[in-house]
Amino acid sequence: MKQTFYKRIGESVYSHRLPNGLEIRIIPKPGYTKKYAFFATRYGGMDTRFQLNGRWLDTPAGIAHYLEHKMFDTAEGNALQELAKNGAEPNAFTSNAMTGYYFDSAEHFEENLEILLSFVSIPYFTKESVEKEQGIIGQEIFFFYDNAYREIYTRMLRAMYHSSPARTSIAGTVESISHITAETLYDCHKAFYTPSNMMLAVVGDVSPERIVEIARRILPAEGGPVIPRDYGTEPETIAQAETGCTMEVSCPQFLAGFKCRPARDGEDYMRLSLIGDIACDVLLGESSPLYLRLYDRGLINTSFGGSFEMMPGVAYLYAGGDSKDARAVAAEIQKEADRLAREGVSEAFFQQVTRASFGANLRGLNSFENIAVSLTEGYFHGYDPFRFPEVFDSITKDDVTAFLRENILAERMVLSEITPPAM
Amino acid sequence: MEATRKKLAEGIYLTYLPARKFKTSLLSAQFVRPLRKETAAACALLPAVLRRGTVTYPDMGALSMRLDHLYGARVDYTIRKKGENQCVGFVASFIDDSFAPGGEKLLEPIADLLGELVCGPVTERGRFINAYFESEKTNLVDAIRSLINDKRDYADSRLLREMCAGEPYSVPRLGEESEAARLQANKLYTFYQELIAGSRLELFYSGSASQQRVEGALLYAFSALPRENVQELSFPQEHLPRQDVLRIEEAMDVTQGKLGMGFSCGSDDYIAMLLGNTLFGGSSNSKLFMNVREKLSLCYYASSLYHRQKKLITVSSGIEFDKFQQAYDEILAQLNAVQRGDLEDWELESAKSTLLNAYASMGDSQGKLENFYLGQAATGQSETPQTLARQVQEVTPERIFRAMETVRLDTVYFLHGKEAAE
Repeated sequence: MKQTFYKRIGESVYSHRLPNGLEIRIIPKPGYTKKYAFFATRYGGMDTRFQLNGRWLDTPAGIAHYLEHKMFDTAEGNALQELAKNGAEPNAFTSNAMTGYYFDSAEHFEENLEILLSFVSIPYFTKESVEKEQGIIGQEIFFFYDNAYREIYTRMLRAMYHSSPARTSIAGTVESISHITAETLYDCHKAFYTPSNMMLAVVGDVSPERIVEIARRILPAEGGPVIPRDYGTEPETIAQAETGCTMEVSCPQFLAGFKCRPARDGEDYMRLSLIGDIACDVLLGESSPLYLRLYDRGLINTSFGGSFEMMPGVAYLYAGGDSKDARAVAAEIQKEADRLAREGVSEAFFQQVTRASFGANLRGLNSFENIAVSLTEGYFHGYDPFRFPEVFDSITKDDVTAFLRENILAERMVLSEITPPAM
Repeated sequence: MEATRKKLAEGIYLTYLPARKFKTSLLSAQFVRPLRKETAAACALLPAVLRRGTVTYPDMGALSMRLDHLYGARVDYTIRKKGENQCVGFVASFIDDSFAPGGEKLLEPIADLLGELVCGPVTERGRFINAYFESEKTNLVDAIRSLINDKRDYADSRLLREMCAGEPYSVPRLGEESEAARLQANKLYTFYQELIAGSRLELFYSGSASQQRVEGALLYAFSALPRENVQELSFPQEHLPRQDVLRIEEAMDVTQGKLGMGFSCGSDDYIAMLLGNTLFGGSSNSKLFMNVREKLSLCYYASSLYHRQKKLITVSSGIEFDKFQQAYDEILAQLNAVQRGDLEDWELESAKSTLLNAYASMGDSQGKLENFYLGQAATGQSETPQTLARQVQEVTPERIFRAMETVRLDTVYFLHGKEAAE
């Protein structure tokens, strides 16, 4: 087992790869009561078209999320119940490119880990149980329909992308999930839930050797083939500049998004992610001149915020919140980006923002979930997130200026708005 | 490690919790005052206005720049409801000194900044800067209105408002919209002076600094705080159980219905009630979750919450409009099952583990610790997570059933779509 110590952030990581291809990372956290396990597959809402046994399969939108729900069923009943009996709080999420199952517990950790590894690797679906789930997920989808933030976010992505599966809502639609059968679920599980497509991260005061031993004992001895996926070809242009709808909300809400050039896997992926974060703070973070100006003018309030997001073949910077005049805010963002592109980012402000960003990244290491998810993401995309202090050292203000110049352009912007119904 | 609570000065208390395992330190300063309809909005507006600028850092740009230099320290204003008290102030989180790349000390400058936010706001003509006052007032009114954007929160809040009408507990955390809209700059400044002079200040620290250093930093930072006739804490008014169940319906343009049910509880056995509620709907292994959601697919979510200070249980659920009666009947049937003791051994065991796990892992989160100890201080309780965990272990099933037998349906709130009403 390899141990790496990261002096600048005071963390160490044990890494080990099992013969079946499963990557294991253990992050010791002495002094903590809680122990956290995260078991994830490189498979998410985007992966609807893939090749299995030499044949291309098109699966319904929402299937990865559906599978996540059904994985908790076991021949004996329900894994959720079994884990909760031991005081563990299990849960799972499906993102665009990953499905992760996790729990934390203070007691019976090893026993709980065995349950987690076993229910995620052994599918158990019946025709009836799959049909029943349609009601539950249908309600979940309806619940999202009433959520204004989620609605503008999804609409923004649909306006930004022509064909990328980033457009597909992770949960799918009531219509798309009606096509899901036990058989398709088994196919997807067989393709993506192989140890060689997965990673296990454990954070807490545990024995690394015991974790490796448990994973070796519970999981299948064989890995699986690499599964080719098809994300289509996405042009650099946006699909549509504006999208809007009405909902029963108290005040108009909006998101302005900029379609950015994506990065390849490897350390470049992480570097772009940090440059994008810094650029976002420089452009519209709480200490940026733009934020202060818009806040003073009452065009934004504390709900305003932005972020830079990446997934395979996809990168975008977006910002928004409540505003009575979304168009004015979007125009101001564009104007400020033009100014920064023209004049360049000042060294003093760049240093200030980078210092704050370093602190924010360090703060993130308080969260076990964040540690596990970011290490897993790093593994899936070929970089080491714990090297962030070194990557910060390598970023200059010119990198940030170049990013803004290349990506924050009027022709790459989409505006997604929700307005209250007219009186 | 155990927390130490100490009176630092008249009406100023510090809860000190040493910890070395975090990357950050947390420092919080909270005023505790009675929650009242007339003052709740003013109290909620105050920290937002104070957060806009101090004498040394007179605008948000100067404050942000200061925080960026302190390695992205965060100072957030908070407004919390604890029992029938309202707690307002600031929570600062900053990287622990041991990780500051230049070896800087961060505790003292952060404490000074908190002290200045509280005692040294930037003013004009003896009151808050009008532009700050007006824009934060607009934000507050918007925030109160925006409750409706999340229908789950909205329904939960409507239930409490109806159920506890006339009691301070019905007042929302941010106050009433009408009260917020009436606020005036000069009155807010007077209110500010009264509040900082007359309300108890609760300080909290978690991090690697010694108690002596923390006390020194805080005494210095808050040396300008006026202290006159510091008010005692207010204790909650008891909820009078209704003889006839109050039933409220509301129609809105929504796709999913919300069913809220409020119950009054007669028992004083806190730990037994807490466990009873966990069994009923307080965890992902509870009767509500397992039966109403999972087995019968009646709800997308269904959970319950025990309000210790008011001895209430509220149930929150999301349902299809036409499932109202079924869901309603089933929620009551599940409550009845807990009351009759119709439980399997594992259910009780799991409810205990859920609570024990929550208490045990509280020490792993500075935010949870701060919130827990503030709640205890504001409501005059002195248990620690450790003592509560011991009490959970001692509870017998009989105590739970006896406590849960006192639970009576009081108020029902149903939010449905507009078509369903016709």
